[in-house]
Amino acid sequence: MNNNKVIQVEGLTKMFGDFTAVNAITFEVEKGEIFGFLGANGAGKTTAMKMLIGISKPTSGKANVAGFDVYSNAEDIKKNIGYMSQKFALYDDLTVRENITFFGGIYGLSRKRIKEKSNALIEELGLENVANKLVGALPLGWKQKLSFSVSLIHDPKIVFLDEPTGGVDPITRRQFWELIYKAANKGTTVFVTTHYMDEAEYCDRVSIMVNGKIEALDTPKKLKEQFKAENMNDVFLKLARG
Amino acid sequence: MKTILYIIQKEFKQIFRNKGMLPIIFVLPLLQLVILSNAATFEVKNIKFGYIDNDHTSTSRALVEQFNASTYFNVLTDFPSVALASSAMLKGEVDVVLDIPQYFERDLQKEKHHSLGVTINAIDGAAAGVENVYVTQIIQRFNQQLKVDLFQISDKQVHPISIETIPLFWYNETLNYKTFMVPGILVLLVTMITLFLSGMNIVREKEIGTLEQINVTPIKKSQFIIGKLFPFWVIGMGLLTIGLIIAKIIFDVPMLGSLPLMYLYTSIYILVVLGIGLFISNFTDTQQQAMFIAWFFTVIFILMSGLFTPIESMPEWAQILTEFNPIKYFVEVMRMVMLKGSGFMDILPQLLKTLLYAVIMNGLAVWSYKKTN
Repeated sequence: MNNNKVIQVEGLTKMFGDFTAVNAITFEVEKGEIFGFLGANGAGKTTAMKMLIGISKPTSGKANVAGFDVYSNAEDIKKNIGYMSQKFALYDDLTVRENITFFGGIYGLSRKRIKEKSNALIEELGLENVANKLVGALPLGWKQKLSFSVSLIHDPKIVFLDEPTGGVDPITRRQFWELIYKAANKGTTVFVTTHYMDEAEYCDRVSIMVNGKIEALDTPKKLKEQFKAENMNDVFLKLARG
Repeated sequence: MKTILYIIQKEFKQIFRNKGMLPIIFVLPLLQLVILSNAATFEVKNIKFGYIDNDHTSTSRALVEQFNASTYFNVLTDFPSVALASSAMLKGEVDVVLDIPQYFERDLQKEKHHSLGVTINAIDGAAAGVENVYVTQIIQRFNQQLKVDLFQISDKQVHPISIETIPLFWYNETLNYKTFMVPGILVLLVTMITLFLSGMNIVREKEIGTLEQINVTPIKKSQFIIGKLFPFWVIGMGLLTIGLIIAKIIFDVPMLGSLPLMYLYTSIYILVVLGIGLFISNFTDTQQQAMFIAWFFTVIFILMSGLFTPIESMPEWAQILTEFNPIKYFVEVMRMVMLKGSGFMDILPQLLKTLLYAVIMNGLAVWSYKKTN
């Protein structure tokens, strides 16, 4: 196995009854890469991601994440990945600092490490003034940035982001991508789903999913050449319309 | 172990920050204890009594006077006819009607016996039974006096040998209803609060999406569940303590048995309830569903617990079902320990059954909580 391949997926399929949500997808993600996982709503992105992070059992196919098999070692995968869901999933009734402490705690970080991490993280996000405020009172953009940072608290090898910038203003989206780049520069692999096509341009490689299948996978530049399109938006429209 | 502490810390913070829930957890149950213990009584008092006196003699008046003197019968209505008495009973204006026939006194003196008609509104069968006993007792007492008054000169051969029973009421000498109810109501509130809190807890995290975030962490299922249960266990024990203090101060309920024994049993009992709660939580998707299921079981458990109606009078199949009712054991143990002063060996069967129940329910709770779907 190539050590540089942190995600290896082969023929991964998920069926819900008769409905095939994810249809035999195959791809690889390299270490340190920002991998864009594109697709329309309902294309199967989130389902595919849930199999990779070990909270949904695949129907068939193979998948290896961070060196562990999704069938037999899901809990080992969880030690090595971070995840930020589509839905804001920190505790609204805990403060910024308490949320960081809690997640640091359940990832098994030492008290000292949690303290260092909290301070660094709060400073990086510029949340000093609201560190002891309830998270529920923060604007959505801040919550999303906090939630991203919390998903990185245990220095995972891979971070999975499910539509992290949904409903966020363009400025915050830009800041969010700066955070993503920062993490990638530190060697963290970023696996991100989105349906903002301008964001697709920021990725090293993108895959485009249509009706449960991966229809295209390459760098944004090559995809534009391949589909003779001006931008990723046109690539996406050509594919999605079939 | 450290991971569990982080969860416990978080749960406590969330519980004490939830200003809407705090009064529900601590104030409502205690109000319930005070109100229900005073109100939920099976003593039949204030019976509306009516009579039809067709005799109008000193004997018939003396009989009515006996009822008048009783503290259980308070409204006395003299009905001129059976028809009027019947319509009054239909309207609910009277519970018991005594029909004294004509020539009651004359026949009694001549033939030494006579029958009386008693009609009781038996919509509430239990109350009717009690009323019947009261009526019979009063008439018997009246009978005793009559024997003395009417048959003073009768010879020794016909003198009736009366056998009298003197009841002794053990463990609750004064038949104080509250002494009987308070331990039971205490059981109810500890059960309801811990069941509802635990039943809605994990499903709440499902609803807000944080459970998924927890599921992608390497946390162990047992760590998560222990961390979740412990705060509610503490709340349950806290409620027991406050409840016992109220029972002692307000109701002066005797506490003959050992307090540590009550706490030991309760500490295991709460585990059963929490296990059931988490099990419900794992099988539901919304707090609403969890609440309905929790209510369903609570109502059955309460009505079949022997708290309000004796288990001995249930049909056999129902008695078998009560073996699976944790509230039944808790009610038994609380009454035994508080009122009878039962010791460890006396409650050992209940203790062991509860322990087994706790192991099974929590096993099921851990098993049914799936980090991977």
